[in-house]
Amino acid sequence: MQGQLVIMESDPDNIINEVTQSDYKYGFVTDIETEYAPIGLSEDTVRYISLKKNEPEFMLEYRLKAFRHWLTMKLPEWAHLEIPPIDFRDIYFYAAPKKKKQYESLDQVDPELLATFDKLGISLEEQKKLAGVAVDAVIDSVSVKTTFSETLSKYGIIFCSMSEAIQNHPDLVKQYLGSVVPYTDNYYASLNSAVFSDGSFCYIPKGVRCPVELSTYFRINAANTGQFERTLIVADEGAYVSYMEGCTAPQRDENQLHAAVVEIVAMKDASVKYSTVQNWYPGDKSGKGGIYNFVTKRGICKGSNSKISWTQVETGSAITWKYPSCILLGDNSVGEFYSVAVTNNYQQADTGTKMIHLGKNTKSTIISKGISAGKSNNSYRGLVRISKNASNSRNYSQCDSLLLGSACGAHTWPYIQVENKSSIVEHEATTSKISEDQLFYCQQRGMNAESAIGLIVNGYAKEVLKQLPMEFAVEAQKLLSISLEGSVG
Amino acid sequence: MEGVLKQNSTKEFFTGLYREHRAAITAGDYPALTIQRDNAIRRFEESGFPTTKLEAWKNTDLKESFSKEYDIVLEPEQGVDVQKVFRCNIPHLDTAIMGQLNGWYVSKDVPLMELGNGIIMGSLAEALKKYPALIEAHLGKYADSNTDAFTALNTAFFRDGVFIYVPDNVKSPKPVQIINVIHHDRNLFLQSRNLIVLGKNSRLSLVHCDDSYNHQPSFSNVVTEIYLGEHASLDHYKLQNLNNASTLISSVYFQMDTAAQLESHYISLNGGLLRNNVRQRFNGPHGDTKIYGIYLMDARQHIDNQVFIDHAFPDCTSGELFKGILDEHSSGVFNGHVLVERNAVRTNAYQSNKNILLTETAKVNSKPFLEIYNDDVKCSHGSTTGQLDQDAMYYLRQRGIGEESARMLLMYAYADEVISKIAIDPLRLRIEDMVKKRLQGELQICEACVLHCNTPEQPMEFVIDMTKL
Repeated sequence: MQGQLVIMESDPDNIINEVTQSDYKYGFVTDIETEYAPIGLSEDTVRYISLKKNEPEFMLEYRLKAFRHWLTMKLPEWAHLEIPPIDFRDIYFYAAPKKKKQYESLDQVDPELLATFDKLGISLEEQKKLAGVAVDAVIDSVSVKTTFSETLSKYGIIFCSMSEAIQNHPDLVKQYLGSVVPYTDNYYASLNSAVFSDGSFCYIPKGVRCPVELSTYFRINAANTGQFERTLIVADEGAYVSYMEGCTAPQRDENQLHAAVVEIVAMKDASVKYSTVQNWYPGDKSGKGGIYNFVTKRGICKGSNSKISWTQVETGSAITWKYPSCILLGDNSVGEFYSVAVTNNYQQADTGTKMIHLGKNTKSTIISKGISAGKSNNSYRGLVRISKNASNSRNYSQCDSLLLGSACGAHTWPYIQVENKSSIVEHEATTSKISEDQLFYCQQRGMNAESAIGLIVNGYAKEVLKQLPMEFAVEAQKLLSISLEGSVG
Repeated sequence: MEGVLKQNSTKEFFTGLYREHRAAITAGDYPALTIQRDNAIRRFEESGFPTTKLEAWKNTDLKESFSKEYDIVLEPEQGVDVQKVFRCNIPHLDTAIMGQLNGWYVSKDVPLMELGNGIIMGSLAEALKKYPALIEAHLGKYADSNTDAFTALNTAFFRDGVFIYVPDNVKSPKPVQIINVIHHDRNLFLQSRNLIVLGKNSRLSLVHCDDSYNHQPSFSNVVTEIYLGEHASLDHYKLQNLNNASTLISSVYFQMDTAAQLESHYISLNGGLLRNNVRQRFNGPHGDTKIYGIYLMDARQHIDNQVFIDHAFPDCTSGELFKGILDEHSSGVFNGHVLVERNAVRTNAYQSNKNILLTETAKVNSKPFLEIYNDDVKCSHGSTTGQLDQDAMYYLRQRGIGEESARMLLMYAYADEVISKIAIDPLRLRIEDMVKKRLQGELQICEACVLHCNTPEQPMEFVIDMTKL
């Protein structure tokens, strides 16, 4: 696992410029040869990881408990996904990436891949890195640099890798790790709890409004590895933080497993905004390769008047299984979920959210926009549960699906459970294709079909995209058009 | 010939019972039906009764229903008073009436009638003897014994039920009413099977009532298969007014050929545990289906509506509207599933489920589910759960209408959206009246026989003090 955390200061003047020429400013990781745990999973692997990371005793115990529980669990099969069997004996659970096949020059790289990089605005040097062309720059993959650590420490904000947090802030980790997603939660969360290698940790102290947007950038480089990162964000009373997460994986061969866990704790009056642009490698046009993205993300609004907002743009991954959720425990707390999920070719996505209303006067909003193209299947699966004590709670859900092409599928599975007479829950959804009239209108004005669809799709997703921080929004818009490329006709 | 289903008894009881009485059960069968029954009991043996671990049964727990002892009667009773079955008819509605008592077809005269226009109606057991070829063409073809355990059990055990055949190009001049009454002094577990076949261009209105006469617990597992030929049209109404100790698993399977039209209504007024499995398949293009449901539950009643619509052919439209009011400790489930298959282009499908919760202890689970595999569709769904509109309430109160009356008025208006879709006028008036009574807590099951079974001399009115207006 490799992760790099970079903090950016918002500079509105430069943003557009930066993004349009966009290389991955979130920092980059290149391969270095390192040792890794023996292939497969056993208690020894878990011990090995813990030892390697020089973890305190409680972490090892936590991992072992999780591992033993995981052994008793069965693969979940309820999702509307066709998941080829995963051989957990054939995965490196702890691997600084192994040296992979190298290209001698860019000429040997699939031109389609290069074209994609061009669209992303990645410089040639970066392209070489992405495509696996030998480069001489070597970056230490394990160490994590935070460019603004001084600024942050002034406010008392802790933002570091999970490994560092375990070393330097064991009390906080002990208190909050697994408090939102227990190690018994589900198959992949248990697995993650046992073998997670790194991730980021963020603590915003009481009353502090984090002055910059925090960002993590994840990347799977090596083949045959699973990536298991663990993120924990704690916003103490009255704190505010906006957190961004981006991911890419350029591999073109076999499928890889990504099973992350993200936990958010928002105390009284705290507010956390979590934005993701997920762009893991989705596999090629024939559905070969790509990342299996099985992620558990959950936040708890512990105190009253707290708020957690999830925004996600899901364009990558061969298979996505992801339900960022909010437990609205504190009175008057607010949960939000904004999602755009795009699937093309043979991609499969089963994604949505859970809003668990426990406190009084809690409110949640769900806006989900699914776009399916090619031969892909895109499902929204959501749960809104209003418990007996959550009086005067309110939920509004809207999940729309857009279908491009006659071979794709779009499905909507909303679960609505209300046990309370004073709450109001509304859900609506539509599924349709792009309106012929809109297409005609755009084409009549000289746009080709592809850019017309790009425009219409961006308009359709606008409601969600506008929730994203500026840097992400521009990138997400571009991603949308790239993801849908070749889906016309 | 009978068995006693003991408390929490398992599937072994039924498989054993089937083996023991196989000869008698299959006595009237044509050979293929016996094979169907054998396969069905094997399927049932594999699956057993559904539990809450299954997605389709997650919110409906049969534990309480199975905690009682039931008698299973495999032969019709002799010397029953058939007259009381026919007391439950709907006033001012000129219908052809068919009666069922405890799952067995009962008639005042002949068990199977053949009318002048070619319509055949009567007992399924009789029809099996007389028209085996006609039945063989349809029976068991639409009901899914492979995945549904209750349907499999029914296929294995059914002895009787209602059979209706409307020949090609015949329009039934008056509605047909099936009255299904449960009245016994012991707990009953009954399984009846109905088959309704509509030929090409035919037309039928069918009112199907489930009533209980006393407070004896019962468990009904009823399967109805309905076939609509090309351009056939069916108006179907299912009224459920059972006692609170009864469990009803009603599975209705519709198969619709090209350009067939269906309107199906589910009016659930009372019942301990009601489950409506509605499964409808388009077997040709240009079909049109509308399914409406209204459920008014209180006490510890439970209602579960499972509606599956399979758009297997292009150019079909379907619409669902289910509305419910849940009072006291009652619970409701709506599970809508619209499947649009790959080639079903130009599909138009709509699902809507609305619920009102009146108490802190009532609860509702709603899952309108769309599964779509092609892009040329217009599909939407909506679900809301809430209370009576406070603004509307205020408006009425402001105009001097008492709180109770205002509540009734609003609830009635809410329910009326579904009731107003009923096309047969006397039936609509009757149901309007029953709903009003139900909302005021005055609708009884047939035991009292005052409100339901007799003609309503005085239609229900809202008490509004006109002087204050």
